[in-house]
Amino acid sequence: MAELTYRDAVARGIAQEMERDPDVVFLGEDVAGAGGVFKATVGLLEKFGPKRVRDTPISEQAILGAAMGAAMTGLKPIAEIMFSDFLAVCFDYIANEFPKSRYMSNGQLKCPLVVRTGNGAGSRFGAQHSQSVENWAMMIPGLKVVAPSSPVDVIGLFAAAVRDPNPVIFFEHKSLYAAKGEVPDGEIVDTLGSAKILRPGKDATLVALALMVPRALQAAETLSKEHGIEIEVIDLRSLVPLDLQTVLGSVARTGRLFTVEENPRLCGWGAEIASIAADEAFYDLDGPVVRITTPHIPLPAADNLEDLALPSAPRIVDKIRRCLNG
Amino acid sequence: MKTSIQPQPADARRNDALDEAKRLELYRLQVEIRDCEQRAYDLFLQGLVKGTSHLSLGQEAVAAGFAAAMEKGDLSFCTYRGHAHTLARGVPMEKVLGELMQRDNGLMRGKGGSMHLTSVEHGVMGSYAIVGAHLPIACGAAWRAQYKGQTDVSVCFFGDGTTNIGAFHEAVNLAAVWKLPVIFVCENNLYMEYTSIKDVIPAQLQHPAADRASAYGLERIVVDGNDADAVYRSALAAYTKARAGGGPSLIECMTYRYSGHSRADPAKYRPEGELEAWKARDPIKLYRQRLVEFGIGESQIKRIEDESKRKLDAATEACKAAPPPPESILTTDVYADGGWAWRN
Repeated sequence: MAELTYRDAVARGIAQEMERDPDVVFLGEDVAGAGGVFKATVGLLEKFGPKRVRDTPISEQAILGAAMGAAMTGLKPIAEIMFSDFLAVCFDYIANEFPKSRYMSNGQLKCPLVVRTGNGAGSRFGAQHSQSVENWAMMIPGLKVVAPSSPVDVIGLFAAAVRDPNPVIFFEHKSLYAAKGEVPDGEIVDTLGSAKILRPGKDATLVALALMVPRALQAAETLSKEHGIEIEVIDLRSLVPLDLQTVLGSVARTGRLFTVEENPRLCGWGAEIASIAADEAFYDLDGPVVRITTPHIPLPAADNLEDLALPSAPRIVDKIRRCLNG
Repeated sequence: MKTSIQPQPADARRNDALDEAKRLELYRLQVEIRDCEQRAYDLFLQGLVKGTSHLSLGQEAVAAGFAAAMEKGDLSFCTYRGHAHTLARGVPMEKVLGELMQRDNGLMRGKGGSMHLTSVEHGVMGSYAIVGAHLPIACGAAWRAQYKGQTDVSVCFFGDGTTNIGAFHEAVNLAAVWKLPVIFVCENNLYMEYTSIKDVIPAQLQHPAADRASAYGLERIVVDGNDADAVYRSALAAYTKARAGGGPSLIECMTYRYSGHSRADPAKYRPEGELEAWKARDPIKLYRQRLVEFGIGESQIKRIEDESKRKLDAATEACKAAPPPPESILTTDVYADGGWAWRN
């Protein structure tokens, strides 16, 4: 057991899979010599050499296309898209190529690859380097979508993603890179589609993802200590597959459901959870499902404005308290 | 558009490594593609081919020349105008027509359609309907060959219009930088879709692909795409170079499509006489003349033509008799476990 940052967990997770399987290769912009712009891939070039850890041109389409062609023909590529906002410049592969090739070919083509990408706000980078876009991937049939919130989950879920025979979009939260957590020694392999109840509670269920997980936990602590409200906090960990048994099971116990997401309001993943809960847990609910989200705006650069936009622990506390007492 | 190609004198054409068997193969491939594409067109008119379709009538020599020069493990990456390249790799006509007719006997049981013909067992690694998308994908397949020390070559076919999309430039650059065993084949049929390619490239350029090759440190290669022998030779040279670790090639083949861009296009934008001028240089007519010139008997040529018609008629009847795909496959093969489950 050792304390590791989320950032170092990324490098350890990649190294674990590259050591295990010589067909695992890694490509992206500045990932090799520079060790990644977030320093999350430091040491991999030295360990695995330039044949397996490859710097690419600034060519996101070429990165994802090359990853796909390699995956189709026998490699297990890990491709980095530096900022998840840049998925928009290579979205053809995310939306049209990776997820449809198997279906269109009636099962002839395969696409086992992982796209890692730095997601989310908090770095004061402004509207084109701060978005939380896991919902962009969630809406496309054929993809798997993962977003870990802790160092141990980074390693375990990443291993599961690399070993998964499908295209997986792996969202690392930029504001969590410095977060620390206990990580066991040895190989760590987790399971996609398994949400985790991180804190039990009887009064309401709060579903969170990535950076919103520590904020949800902080909010739950405050609600318990200061208001006597016990919140059950669930970390979804992956959006596809979606572990609804855990979510709906919790709602059956608590009778209330809140989601906290970093996506802008319209079509964030919480909307899908709310819709499913309305369909399938209506008679378990004692009140409306409530979504706590970023407002439907581009993200500002200024620190005070960005902080205002994102759901914070005090905002979560306030919202839940008002809904439960109202 | 004028081409810089000069027809080669007969003596030069004769004096190469193409033996009679290879010439007959090239002829057979062109005839089969022509017949099958013409049948696809006829089946539209009968309402039996649904959706859209993009025919290669007039462009057969490019598909035949590249396929005939390939080795078995080589990989083809095609566009939505991909029937010809799929047939050229040996995929049976019935499988192709069945897919166009969206029947259960189709190559992908009707799940892909005309624009996405795929037959992995024949090395056809997909037909891609987003212009330019498959150039980077072909790079990836070539990267795998390079990484694993395998000798197969990835060949990527695309139209002249593709040379104006970003993925073209990203892919050709990456292939050149990484020295990948990939061949980029531009089929320049003079029109991007409904618009002449010369209207959408700088006036200084004559060839949208070849004239940009130097930007990526590649040789400028323009081939007479209506001459299957010329295509074959050029393909063989590029494969040999790629297999030897010499990196990618970008080859522009000058050709012409007889039909419009897709079934919806009557091609009225063509100047008068252009189609007729190209038909005078019809690749199959030219090749037939050459076979006769080289002393191959009329009966041997006729046998190839008759056999193609016979196979095509049998394939057509089989497709007409085939049922539509069963409803049970609607949700299969979304994920690798064969299903579509996204939740528990």
